[in-house]
Amino acid sequence: MVEMVSRPYASAFEKFAAGNPDILCLSADLTSSCEIDGFRDRHPEQFVSMGMAEQNMMSFAGGLGLAGFRPFIHTFGVFMYRRPYDQLMASIAYPRRKVRLMGFLPGVTTPGGMTHQSIEDISVMRSIPNMTILETGDATEVESICEAADSIDGPVWCRVLRGSVPRLFDTPIKVGEMRELSSGDDVLVVTSGICTEEAMRARSALKEAGLSIRHLHLHTIKPFDAKALLDHIGSVKHGVITLENHVTEGGIGSLVAETMADAGVGKRLIRLGLKDTYAHGGSRPYLMRYYGLDALALVRGTEELMGQSFGISEDDLDDARIDDVHSLVKAEAL
Amino acid sequence: MKNEKTTEEIALGIRRRVFEHSMRNNGGYLSQACSAGEQLAWLYNEALNLGQPTLPMIPKPFEGVPSPDNPDYHTGAGYNGPASPDYDRLFIAPAHYALVAYATLIEVGRMAPEGLEMFNKDGSSVEMIGAEHSPGMEVHNGTLGIGLSTAAGLAYGRKLRGDTGKTWVFMSDGEVQEGQTWEAVQACAFHNVEVKAIMDVNDQQCDGAMDSVMEVGDIRTKFINFGAHCVEVDGHDLDAIRQASEEKHEGKPLIILARTNPFHAMSILEERFPRLHYVRFKSEDERARMNVSIAKDLGVDPVDYAH
Repeated sequence: MVEMVSRPYASAFEKFAAGNPDILCLSADLTSSCEIDGFRDRHPEQFVSMGMAEQNMMSFAGGLGLAGFRPFIHTFGVFMYRRPYDQLMASIAYPRRKVRLMGFLPGVTTPGGMTHQSIEDISVMRSIPNMTILETGDATEVESICEAADSIDGPVWCRVLRGSVPRLFDTPIKVGEMRELSSGDDVLVVTSGICTEEAMRARSALKEAGLSIRHLHLHTIKPFDAKALLDHIGSVKHGVITLENHVTEGGIGSLVAETMADAGVGKRLIRLGLKDTYAHGGSRPYLMRYYGLDALALVRGTEELMGQSFGISEDDLDDARIDDVHSLVKAEAL
Repeated sequence: MKNEKTTEEIALGIRRRVFEHSMRNNGGYLSQACSAGEQLAWLYNEALNLGQPTLPMIPKPFEGVPSPDNPDYHTGAGYNGPASPDYDRLFIAPAHYALVAYATLIEVGRMAPEGLEMFNKDGSSVEMIGAEHSPGMEVHNGTLGIGLSTAAGLAYGRKLRGDTGKTWVFMSDGEVQEGQTWEAVQACAFHNVEVKAIMDVNDQQCDGAMDSVMEVGDIRTKFINFGAHCVEVDGHDLDAIRQASEEKHEGKPLIILARTNPFHAMSILEERFPRLHYVRFKSEDERARMNVSIAKDLGVDPVDYAH
């Protein structure tokens, strides 16, 4: 049974930031929702409430960066790039301010529907010069995201998980590297964020079906080590499958496709994720099933790649976690 | 760094330089020199406490954008001196005033006249819309409305650091149409950020007179209601500007609304009202007439732009 960690960001951020006068904690009226309410209460001198005014917050953070501070901005990811995109570009990304953009509720991890779900943020951030992109996939990565982000000489976009988060890894994020979770030689599976746990659920069933899966987890999306990926692609016989909590255009599916095309790799690639569609509001398991982001979707993708059915059904997959939607670890519904 | 000239002389010098440049190049941001001449002259000659320039009098060419591969990158802020705790900082929020701002740098001895010859030339850092690597600039403000927020963040940070230097913003009134301006004012009021702004209220914007594009109403009352200390003065009356800048604004941003005339000291520009944002001469005849008229207003000979 996988260990579940309650609110790993809350304690990790406080441990990392408290007492460091160069780090300021900015919030846009989502303080408890981003698990920084305790920090606010215990370290008010490092907390700056910016209200529901993201455009000003982004440029203000740029000004703080100019003054030598390293602001950690906390809000839902979607609110940090859609409305204030111009400010993100001009005040933070262009001048390489050391602003750490802690984006909560990545992809379909919120029941909030279209307005709350950042489904194209990686695509947007990948196309912004000077931007670094990190994504957390488990509690250990959430616990190490602050240190990883703050090691970057420039702005950093982080997809942060909140609430009850599974612990899948025992080593912190090492920026620029990728995790090799299994080293098979039939099919390469590349995942990030919450989709990595899904791919792990499918692994034993695929193994029983006789498939040897090589599984990579990406926490660093930009900059990206293309050579390492190409070595892994060279190690499998049949092709590559990507699975992401994001639209397949511009995310890690595109990243892998571009890497393969640039190197002239002639293997097949199947990109799983949101297929040119918005999502709607609902629970995470429901949305992941409905939009094909879960373990079963990966199995079907693998069957498509191999051109055969393995007869794997939901019952053959490792147990899914059943989150208590009314659990205390969730600050509120949204 | 003290200048030998009076602020009035500098304002006149700014207009003369922008006029000459616009004549030679068949157009330019003439009206902004009319409205903002006194404000920029006053900022640089009296208000700002700035150190000696740290960058060469003749600007270097464009040396690339900020990137990890460009370690020697620097902004154009060095023309305002070093960013020391005790010195003031200035942002030119409407970056299309760059021509006027460059002329100001020349008039106060911070840039060589050759700098203006580089204006809007390919490969030059003296860009038409001031970039952060352009002389006197420290951030990109070409997208209107972000300047006050950036200055507010810097001022807040400097307050935490205990800096004694002030943070100034030169603004334009069109920016009050942007929601971000009001977000910035409410944030300054909430966090007691004592940033200082002087706004060129010339009632003009790109499409024409502001009232014909988007009415903004009584902006002084709006600024006060959002939590600023706001005073309104005649933007061509230097004593009034001086007096306004002395206003106490404890725990609040200071916004000086400098009401100005967009054809001040170049009366013939009124012919072009209400399209004053960028004056490009429509005919050789117009260019010639404006040359003679404005030269007379400014007390100089017409520009021999044919050579």
